[in-house]
Amino acid sequence: MTANLLEIRDLHKSYGPVEVLKGVDCDVRAGEVISIIGSSGSGKTTILRCVNMLEEFEGGTIRIDGEEIGYSTAGGQRKRKAEKEIARQRALTGMAFQQFNLFPHMTALENVTLGLTLVRKMGREEARALGENWLDRVGLLQRKDHYPAKLSGGQQQRVAIARAIAMSPRLMLFDEVTSALDPELVAEVLQVVRSLAEDGMTMLLVTHEMRFAYEVSSRVIFMNGGRIGEEGNPREMFAAPKTERLAAFLQSSRFN
Amino acid sequence: MGYTLNFNAVWRNFDDLLWGLGLSLTLAFVAIGIGCALGLILAFGRISRSRLLSVPSGAYVTLFRNLPLLVIVLFSFFALPQLGLRLSKGNSFVLALALYSAAYLAEVFRGGLLGVPKGLREAGLAIGLTEGQIRWRLILPVMFRAVLPALGSTFIGLFKDTSLAAAIAVPELTFEARKINVETFRVIETWIVASGLYIATCSILAALLRRAEVRLAVSR
Repeated sequence: MTANLLEIRDLHKSYGPVEVLKGVDCDVRAGEVISIIGSSGSGKTTILRCVNMLEEFEGGTIRIDGEEIGYSTAGGQRKRKAEKEIARQRALTGMAFQQFNLFPHMTALENVTLGLTLVRKMGREEARALGENWLDRVGLLQRKDHYPAKLSGGQQQRVAIARAIAMSPRLMLFDEVTSALDPELVAEVLQVVRSLAEDGMTMLLVTHEMRFAYEVSSRVIFMNGGRIGEEGNPREMFAAPKTERLAAFLQSSRFN
Repeated sequence: MGYTLNFNAVWRNFDDLLWGLGLSLTLAFVAIGIGCALGLILAFGRISRSRLLSVPSGAYVTLFRNLPLLVIVLFSFFALPQLGLRLSKGNSFVLALALYSAAYLAEVFRGGLLGVPKGLREAGLAIGLTEGQIRWRLILPVMFRAVLPALGSTFIGLFKDTSLAAAIAVPELTFEARKINVETFRVIETWIVASGLYIATCSILAALLRRAEVRLAVSR
């Protein structure tokens, strides 16, 4: 039996009185590519945000390589870990956001190297070499000295992915990385994600690109009302959904 | 009329005006430096979720924005010694201008901080930066670039406010001009030259700030 890289147990999360995650369990083994699909408000993005502690959660546990993320439980008391410890744990995962969130005052290369020098404590030269390597990998080495405002949405997202992946995370989280892009820019970003998947990167991606989820995922999770509605192999799931909700969702989505 | 312009008396004392201008710039520079640091702390205080920080910061800004600078200057020079704090003329003016400018700069910085996109902080957190690193490496530089235009006009306004130091006989530009005026009776000439020096200095400051703006612009 292979150990799980990511282990989510009975995850509960509320925003005020609204419970958005009502007990989610999920195991991810190294090398798996898992797509989370579902209608908006079903809790897809919230799962990713809990995994790297951008959101606090009230119940359940998340473990990466067996290490409990964000909280520690001792003597029945659940306590939030110290900020420094949480910062270290966040660097175990990389995240790409819907809105790219590049640092606007830094060049593409500086965006990638900031975490390498500050968090990974690399020397300037080593960080630069690694940063250039990853920018090359996403096809943007010639743009390394450009500021984000001078890059297209697709290019910004590729820099953002390079920034996350350069930190050599155990797990990559992609949060609707193509949703803010013009249609003609979607393909270049998906191509980068696909090539990372083919390299064996473990990833969890929230997406509305059903065709893409179908093609790259080893497993698909369908979220419905804060719970996992259905999960499994994409071919079987998309061909013969077991629940009416998934059937209706696939019908209304762009999958064709 | 019969008034003939004669600038000779002013030119003979021109050195005094230049020394005065130098002092004006020094006062402004030191006061604004302190004001920026204090203003930044106040701005973070005002947007803090803790009322223990936001309420006093807000009260400070309200207090100092509702007082005329001249009143603060006179209070600092005449009233503080009664309370046991005795400062030189120059220092008491710097204190007054620093406290006053902090209130205005806090508002400029607060606006800038509120305009920094939330995603910036999250992107920093996601790569493992600490809150302190995010504040210094991401939020402050982005905020600073965004507020530069507003900051520039605030700086120039504060530089001109140094003329109020004449009220407590700090020998800056306005004080020197008044001295020449009284000694030589060349009223019009004196104030034309003094005005010219203010205008020239402000124009140079504005040009420098505009260059900084262009060089640091977020969208290059």
